[in-house]
Amino acid sequence: MIHPIPPGTRDILPDEMRELRRLHLAMIEVFESRGYGEVATPAIEYDEVLARGDGRTANSAYRFFDERGDLLALRSDMTVPIARLVASRFAAAQPPLRFCYLANAFRAVRPQRGQMREFAQAGVELIGAPAPAGTVEVVEVLEATLDAAGLDRAVIGLGDADLFRQLLTEFEVEGEVRDSILERLAMHDLVGLEAELSLAGIADERVNTCVALSQLRGGREVLDQAREIGGEVVERATARLGETFEALEERGVAERVRVDLGLLRDLGYYSGAILEVYDPALGHVLGGGGRYDGLLRRFGVDLPAAGFALYLERVHVAQMEEESRREGPS
Amino acid sequence: MSVEVAGTARAKPDGPLKLAVPRGALLGGTLDVLDAADVDTAAVRDESRALIFPGEEITLVTMRPSDVPTYVEAGAADVGITGKDVLLEQADRMVYELLDLDYGRCRMVLAGRKGDERLGESQRRLGMMRIATKYPRIAQRYFESTGRQVETIEVKGSIELAPLIGLADGIVDLVATGRTLKENNLEVREEILECTARFVANRVAHKLRAKEIDDLTARLREATVK
Repeated sequence: MIHPIPPGTRDILPDEMRELRRLHLAMIEVFESRGYGEVATPAIEYDEVLARGDGRTANSAYRFFDERGDLLALRSDMTVPIARLVASRFAAAQPPLRFCYLANAFRAVRPQRGQMREFAQAGVELIGAPAPAGTVEVVEVLEATLDAAGLDRAVIGLGDADLFRQLLTEFEVEGEVRDSILERLAMHDLVGLEAELSLAGIADERVNTCVALSQLRGGREVLDQAREIGGEVVERATARLGETFEALEERGVAERVRVDLGLLRDLGYYSGAILEVYDPALGHVLGGGGRYDGLLRRFGVDLPAAGFALYLERVHVAQMEEESRREGPS
Repeated sequence: MSVEVAGTARAKPDGPLKLAVPRGALLGGTLDVLDAADVDTAAVRDESRALIFPGEEITLVTMRPSDVPTYVEAGAADVGITGKDVLLEQADRMVYELLDLDYGRCRMVLAGRKGDERLGESQRRLGMMRIATKYPRIAQRYFESTGRQVETIEVKGSIELAPLIGLADGIVDLVATGRTLKENNLEVREEILECTARFVANRVAHKLRAKEIDDLTARLREATVK
């Protein structure tokens, strides 16, 4: 008899579980060897606590009442729960603090290979280490993790979460229009972006600046191109990116990092450097992260922070694709 | 810029760029604009039965327009061309929309039987209209945004049939010339939006094959302007 399970969830059977476990252990070993202690937090939290972290994340797909009538929610990532954990249990600890996790989170996505509604994330959070040094450390751990997973072709995109926010402030675009423009940018809907910007009464020249900036991605030279196109408005973001990139070069870990000014993560708590991870064998993003210097303050501890999370199942898919590619086309 | 872009040495993407080409009404315009952009389409024009047309720089893959977002989202095709109607109907498919190619122009409309007040009457007396369509999400969104309640009925074949024999009060459909409507004694009641062909890219390919995709985008933009 077949008993159904909810859409977007799945059972994992021994062959796959064995491989996932191996991958998971390899990742945790990298984290632990670099001083990141593993933590676990409850899968369910009070909705208002998650909402404190980020209004939109808190729009959790799965919310329900407990026996006392309190509103609970399934977490949609681990960054907000760890911010809560740091504020509650490590308020007096001497920073920096280093934590890692492998945990399931929940989002209402369209289920497909590598993208379930319940999914496992492996990642780290570095609390109390400011940019650029903190960002560089996180990128280093990320690279070591990708190496441990055997994804030697994986690439890390490095962008700045504030670039377009500053640009729109300069253009005096506020409120709903601003949100809708940022959403177009995050989706890379360039046709819609142009239309929205024009509709907001922004001059053609500035519209072109905005679109052109969002398409800049590559090596260091991108930062100079950005200054040429954007002028003073982008100075802060490009200087900050330049500083991070330089620090990465100094540590010898810039090789697989690509500057990408069009990068926008859809989570609201990011500030400054943001990261995304790609592998040519997979059409989906493997994971991402960045700085969230303002997040801890919302929980009453004012500490800069950065981290990343990889989707364990997607890394596994990429690993398999890379393996079969190395073995040659069948 | 001839400087080696960071990351590219490591991320050697495999083979030529795969471009999803829509069959059907958009095919002719698509091949023309590709020709103008210096993409070789001779093989597609010659041999219309094959599905994959390998090229040195770009491999063309032909498919139904509504499958293009599926292939591009998954990265099975790196880039593709399809109608805005398809992109709107499948708005939850995560693809980057890079360029309005400005051909294949048509309108999404609400149409009803000529000289017949069924639409208005159902709305007024029954509180909701029954609308047959191939685009249930576009239709639902449109009526919601205009504060009206509808029952959308998804049909796959000739939509014009639905109001003629009483399945629906009206239809939401794409019209280019309006001839099919006229032949079936239907008329446009409301214009919903205008659609053209769009150039889309997979999110990861857009990052990892930046140079090739930017180059193709520029060539297509040029071809479109002409």
